[in-house]
Amino acid sequence: MVKVTIDDVVIEVEPGTTILNAARQAGGDIVPPAMCYYSKLEGSGGKCRTCLVEVAAGSEKDPRPMPKLVASCSTPVMDGMIVKNKTSERVHENRGAVTEFLLINHPLDCPVCDQAGECKLQDLAFEHGSSKTRYEEPRRTHEPIDIGNTIKLNQDRCILCYRCVYVGNQLCDSRVHGVMHRGEHAEISTYIENSIDNDFSGNMIDVCPVGALTDKTFRFKSRVWFLKPMNASCECTKCGGNAVVWMFGNQIYRVTARKDEYGEVQTIDGKTAWICNECRYDKKEVSKWNIEGPMKVDKHSVISQGHYDKPNPLNDSTKNLK
Amino acid sequence: MGRKLLLEHIDVPGIQTYDVYRNHGGYRSVEKALKTMSPQEVVEEVQKSALKGRGGAGFPTGMKWSFLAKPEGVPRYLVCNADESEPGTFKDRYLMEKIPHLLIEGMITSSYALGANTSHIYIRGEYMFVLDILEKAIAEAYANGWLGKNILGSGYDLDLYVSPGGGAYICGEETALLESLEGKRGNPRMKPPFPAVKGLFGCPTVVNNVESIAAVVPIINIGAEEYLKIGTEKSSGTKLISASGNLVRPGVYEIELGLSVEEFIYGDEWCRGIANGKKIKACIPGGSSVPILPHNLITKTATGETRYMSYESLSDGGFASGSMLGSGGFIVFDEDQCIVRNTWNFARFYAHESCGQCSPCREGTGWMEKVLYRLEHGQGNMRDIDLLEQINKKIEGNTICPLGDAAAWPVAAAIRHFREEFEWHVTNPQEALTRNYGLKKVAETL
Ligand SMILES: Cc1cc2nc3c(=O)[nH]c(=O)nc-3n(C[C@H](O)[C@H](O)[C@H](O)COP(=O)(O)O)c2cc1C
Ligand code: SF4
Ligand code: SF4
Ligand code: FES
Repeated sequence: MVKVTIDDVVIEVEPGTTILNAARQAGGDIVPPAMCYYSKLEGSGGKCRTCLVEVAAGSEKDPRPMPKLVASCSTPVMDGMIVKNKTSERVHENRGAVTEFLLINHPLDCPVCDQAGECKLQDLAFEHGSSKTRYEEPRRTHEPIDIGNTIKLNQDRCILCYRCVYVGNQLCDSRVHGVMHRGEHAEISTYIENSIDNDFSGNMIDVCPVGALTDKTFRFKSRVWFLKPMNASCECTKCGGNAVVWMFGNQIYRVTARKDEYGEVQTIDGKTAWICNECRYDKKEVSKWNIEGPMKVDKHSVISQGHYDKPNPLNDSTKNLK
Repeated sequence: MGRKLLLEHIDVPGIQTYDVYRNHGGYRSVEKALKTMSPQEVVEEVQKSALKGRGGAGFPTGMKWSFLAKPEGVPRYLVCNADESEPGTFKDRYLMEKIPHLLIEGMITSSYALGANTSHIYIRGEYMFVLDILEKAIAEAYANGWLGKNILGSGYDLDLYVSPGGGAYICGEETALLESLEGKRGNPRMKPPFPAVKGLFGCPTVVNNVESIAAVVPIINIGAEEYLKIGTEKSSGTKLISASGNLVRPGVYEIELGLSVEEFIYGDEWCRGIANGKKIKACIPGGSSVPILPHNLITKTATGETRYMSYESLSDGGFASGSMLGSGGFIVFDEDQCIVRNTWNFARFYAHESCGQCSPCREGTGWMEKVLYRLEHGQGNMRDIDLLEQINKKIEGNTICPLGDAAAWPVAAAIRHFREEFEWHVTNPQEALTRNYGLKKVAETL
């Protein structure tokens, strides 16, 4: 085991663990935000740069600080390493800059975006963004396109985290989508627009941290915070059928995979609980599911706004929390 | 007369062909290495020569070779980086076009040193005609027993391939190059692991520039001790310089490192001064990615010492008043050139060539390009100049590969040394559209 200090927390982890995963093992607010890394997708990470941290001491043996900030999701810890995340002014400043970079070409269309309320970019902007923009140039725009008959791509909102590309690579039998063009013209694209036809392609929606990939069977039906997420299961031979059904009254509006506190699909019985397209799109009747009970929602999330007791928006929402 | 090690026979008619090349001492280094030296001895000789990588970063070649992992039963690769796409750099093309067997000879000797049985030359897609020249030379080398099985009866086998890229600057970054060579999108990889441990197809790989590999030939022929006598203490050997811009005689020159910058620009043997009797305004000594130097810092350093064409002297003064030797792309600007326009042009290049993987580079390069476009076209504000400085500070050091830094540095240096010219574009937008700022006020020496 190697010992690493992150902010003021000392933890022991397996050698080879990344700084980000070490922080996640300790939990709490020392965990850097991660927009592109996804522990269940091999090769992900390193791209968005929101997880940058300062390494104040490289290791016990070589305690020199690292000159540059490093991506915590792809930098392994060393014994005696001292990492600064929330306690570093430099991290704060540069994370703010990364947030600005991610937002300069973003359409800021949260009011009409299905992801609002569960969007990682919204969270990041809330914490590290500025209320004014310094960007005076025209923003990039693209027409939303269908990729397959169940997924809508709003390229304008995409942060090019490549997570969906890894889903295509690692979960689907043949990848027909990827990244085209370079630099700020880079975009997610399919070889033939509607060729995503695969049992597990819907998981792209779940891994997308923003509203770039959305479920066409749910688009514009409801804001997520009006729905009650319930853990549910079904006898599915393809995926195992552990999901979350998002309900309004007795109606199921959408089905997603079960996610952990970092927005990643949970590991259930040692396996990543990706769900198949049949469970996601075709089982919208309550009778098809065994509803286990309410999903645990972080108390800071808008989705927690008092669903499970009095849904009265005029009350102070924190008083409603048990 | 400077000593020539690479281009010595460049003017010999027919040197492109095997017979002429061989008659002028070609393939001697292969004979010497395979018959009289162990691979380890070749590596040590290169280490002793203190050859620094000629692709831009200047990393010691011998040291890079000594880092190559050698696990049992796993192939190792040598990959030659012939992607040469840095604006202002065109020396590798000259070498490959004029004297292709030199590169092939270097590849054989170097591959032997590294224990590679398959080696690759990755060449930029726009150099298709050079690819033809190389393939012809490779066929000749095979036909004469320098490639293939059991070379010179030594038991050493080597196959050599040339593969063209699709025309992307980023594929010159060594890990993007490897991705591209594997047939994938040319996105740089996260490091570590470094190619020396996990490179082409996951196997240990050395990536070297064309000129670095070619330089192995004279090093083995004359020996490291002799090679060390050429150049300066910290910069051994000769270097190819691609000289361009407002010079009387631009072109590719082989210099002994340590030649004075003044001699190189004005000397009869070299560039013969500024074209049309104009004055020099600025110089970029190492390709578009390195900081620009204003006229008062070109031939002299900030402390008034003579500036030389060497790794250490060109970087004297750090980023405040120095630059870098980089790839040796030596670009000279006369008094009629507009620094703002040039900075915008470079910014446009980097924005176009960013792979778009990491957010600071993808968004930041595009942003800087747009702001610089406005400044150059009479639509800028004073705050844009500060904004540019802030953007480039936030790109620098925060990206996956050095392209982010390469995009940030030229902008930072141009503003550092020519701020008044930027401001003049804001205060005189109409005039700036019709004439250039000229030479009047270059920033004082720091
Ligand atoms: C964006 C970018 C472009 C590059 N382009 C080239 C190139 O065209 N040719 C080259 O030899 N090295 C290029 N390099 C440097 C290579 O990554 C690598 O350092 C070099 O090939 C190593 O060879 P050397 O040690 O012999 O110089 C580039 C680096 C970056 C970051
Ligand atoms: S569409 Fe979503 S998941 Fe795919 S790269 Fe863009 S932001 Fe990431
Ligand atoms: S720095 Fe630029 S070119 Fe390099 S990996 Fe990042 S986006 Fe790509
Ligand atoms: S999460 Fe580490 S760079 Fe994106």
